[in-house]
Amino acid sequence: MIRLVSYRVLQAGLVAVMVGALTFIMVRSLPGDMAFRIAAGRYGYDLVDGAAAEQVRRELGLDRPAIAAFADWLWSMARFDLGVSLVSGVPVVVEIRHQLGHSVELAVVAILLSMVLGPPIGVLAAIRPGGLFDRLVFVATVGLRSLPQFVIGLLLIYGLSVHAGLLPAAGHGGARFTVLPALTLALGLAAVSSRIARDATITVMASPYYRFGLTKGLPPGETFRRHGVRNIAVPVITYLGVQLVYLIEGVVVVETLFAWPGIGHALVHAIVARDVPMIQGTALVMGLMFVVLNGLVDLVCHLIDPRRRAA
Amino acid sequence: MKRARMALAAVAMSAIMSPFALWAEDRTLTVVAPWEIKGFDPSVTGYAFTRMEVAETLIEIGDDGLPIPALAASWIVSEDGRTWRFDLRPNVTYHDGSRMTAADVVHSLEIARGKPGVLDKVPIESIEAVGDAAVLIRLSSPFSPLLAFLAHTSAQILAPASYAADGSVTQIVATGPYRIVSVEPPQRFTMERFDGYWGEKPEIARTMFLAAGRGETRTLLAESGDAQIVFNLDPASLQRLAGNDRLEVRAVPLPRVITMKVNAAYPPLADAQVPRALSLAMDRQGIASALLRQPDVAASQLFPPGMAAWHNPDLAPLTHDPERARKILAGLGWMPGADGILEKDGVRLAFTIRTYPDRPELPLVATALEDQFREIGVDATIAVGNSGDIPAGHQDGTLEAALIARNFSLVPDPLGTLMQDFGAEGGDWGAMNWKSDALIAAIDTVLTTGDAELAEEQRRVIARILQDELPVIPVVWYVQTAAVSKDVENFSIDPFERSYRLSRMRWAR
Repeated sequence: MIRLVSYRVLQAGLVAVMVGALTFIMVRSLPGDMAFRIAAGRYGYDLVDGAAAEQVRRELGLDRPAIAAFADWLWSMARFDLGVSLVSGVPVVVEIRHQLGHSVELAVVAILLSMVLGPPIGVLAAIRPGGLFDRLVFVATVGLRSLPQFVIGLLLIYGLSVHAGLLPAAGHGGARFTVLPALTLALGLAAVSSRIARDATITVMASPYYRFGLTKGLPPGETFRRHGVRNIAVPVITYLGVQLVYLIEGVVVVETLFAWPGIGHALVHAIVARDVPMIQGTALVMGLMFVVLNGLVDLVCHLIDPRRRAA
Repeated sequence: MKRARMALAAVAMSAIMSPFALWAEDRTLTVVAPWEIKGFDPSVTGYAFTRMEVAETLIEIGDDGLPIPALAASWIVSEDGRTWRFDLRPNVTYHDGSRMTAADVVHSLEIARGKPGVLDKVPIESIEAVGDAAVLIRLSSPFSPLLAFLAHTSAQILAPASYAADGSVTQIVATGPYRIVSVEPPQRFTMERFDGYWGEKPEIARTMFLAAGRGETRTLLAESGDAQIVFNLDPASLQRLAGNDRLEVRAVPLPRVITMKVNAAYPPLADAQVPRALSLAMDRQGIASALLRQPDVAASQLFPPGMAAWHNPDLAPLTHDPERARKILAGLGWMPGADGILEKDGVRLAFTIRTYPDRPELPLVATALEDQFREIGVDATIAVGNSGDIPAGHQDGTLEAALIARNFSLVPDPLGTLMQDFGAEGGDWGAMNWKSDALIAAIDTVLTTGDAELAEEQRRVIARILQDELPVIPVVWYVQTAAVSKDVENFSIDPFERSYRLSRMRWAR
């Protein structure tokens, strides 16, 4: 347990330095003049000109050598200071806190929804492998996983909002606004988790310990509860860790489509405007989130599966 | 008996209607546009707070494009055109209840002057308060479009409470008919009616601005009824929304023009006849009707008819004549090479057109032009990048050509754009390595003269030189499009894109 946590803490530190260095190098090597990009981000394309870019260059010291700028960033990082957005002038921490909250809200609802939808359907499909329901679920999951989230989102807006008028099409506010973007993400996640749950269920139900449970006279429901659920949960939850990549990638697309003020959306805009501190801060937070969530997945598996505790 | 029944009916009616009245009072009018809110600084996001009628400027622009009093009730200019005195409107209160003073106005203008973009281009010597109710602006040389520059959104007048000690803007405390309730950058801000407003109070009590970057999202927001007013629709959505009977689709020409900027020093483009041939190769009518689905926007000259003072109906229109284009190029010695692309002395007639996707039609139009140029043996390559690449390429000289959407109401007087674009050094968004002394003299005359007739004559000279020499090649004029719900009455589009005019609208009963 202690080893597990300390390993993740070490990993977090490495991620922070790597993400910082990589984003820094990548932004510097992107084509185009940074001062003009930042000026375009600030003042809009109608007002960006040589004079505006010059002012930006002077104000931000963009002429300094790259290595000095990077050393500055490392020093600020060591003091837990993420700097100030080059476009809005607001501290990066403030912007990220505002946007991260919205993204986390979206991601959590999406994961919960996918957990409600995916595994139960997978288990039901596993009752009669190759049956009609199993085959229908197979087609649906392949379809949902192969469609880009952008298309799923558009279809959901079109069906549930424009035609049925049940939910707002886009924007951000109460719980009603969360349903469509979260569902867009959840459907893709559920498609995978239902497959994992189905396969795990089939394996578990064919295993000797499960058959022994039935043989010794436990009713099927009781057998499933005592010997099935935990064993199925381990691969489903482990795989959730892998799917976080899909979730983080999806957040970028879904936030833009639904005009949702999240961190993925902020990252895209920061890259376009060459807002280096925002890119570094956002990438850092996303990288750390990845470590933390994977750590949580480890921890949950650790608690569910007693065999790991012995090992 | 009859009267009793009437009274009963009236009571019943009002009982039925009263929830509607309450509902209308509570309802929020939502405006959707693609532009995100990047902060509070007027030079960055000022346009959004002006359009939603939160913040105001000294001068407003009337529907005819002429300056009208706003926070300045009147003004006088000295004989030599170098001293302007603005008498402030009395009894104007900010949204925090404090009173607007001349010192605040000077403070706001001084900060605006320090920012790049607009006021820094005016030859201002000093701005000072005269007592409590007037402001004096001294210029180093006469500058006739000063009023239009003061109407620019970066020159908003904000209360002292808006600024931090270092002059940065931390909140919007202004004077408009609506005041901010909440701001959630980058997507939205909400407003309510400001009861202490100096002018006529708006009917609609609550409004919201929502930024949605994707055209698909905006269209769906209009269709689902979540938003009442949606701006900047793409051509395909426009047709679909026009078929929706809960919506009305409007289009208004703007003083914005899609032009091709050419580097006159780039060897293949160096002969002045080459841009002429490129212009003849452009099928503007085809682009306007097939691509943009707005047949009237094909540009016959730089200035659209809506810019009445500048559009010159007597000019011979730009036409589509690829045959003549080929002849011109052949006459200059350009001959087809092995792949059909014209060559002269080993130089291919090839160049790269840079453009940017912020205005979604630009890459589309660029692709059409690439095709049309190929028909006359010209090889154009399209590079879609960031809008900043165009001024950057102008500055470092690497730009060959660019397709841009130029705004002639940057400040509501096009002179503000023209003086930036066609000066001796050219302009980041205008001429490149091209110069006309006659044009510079004409712009200078219009800038400094107080004689209306002379200005009128010089404007015609300017339009003619631009048409004859094509330092930038006009392609299509720009149309602002909007879908508006039939729940809203009195909707109109401001051709100067200054205001969404929500204070003039009301809920349909």
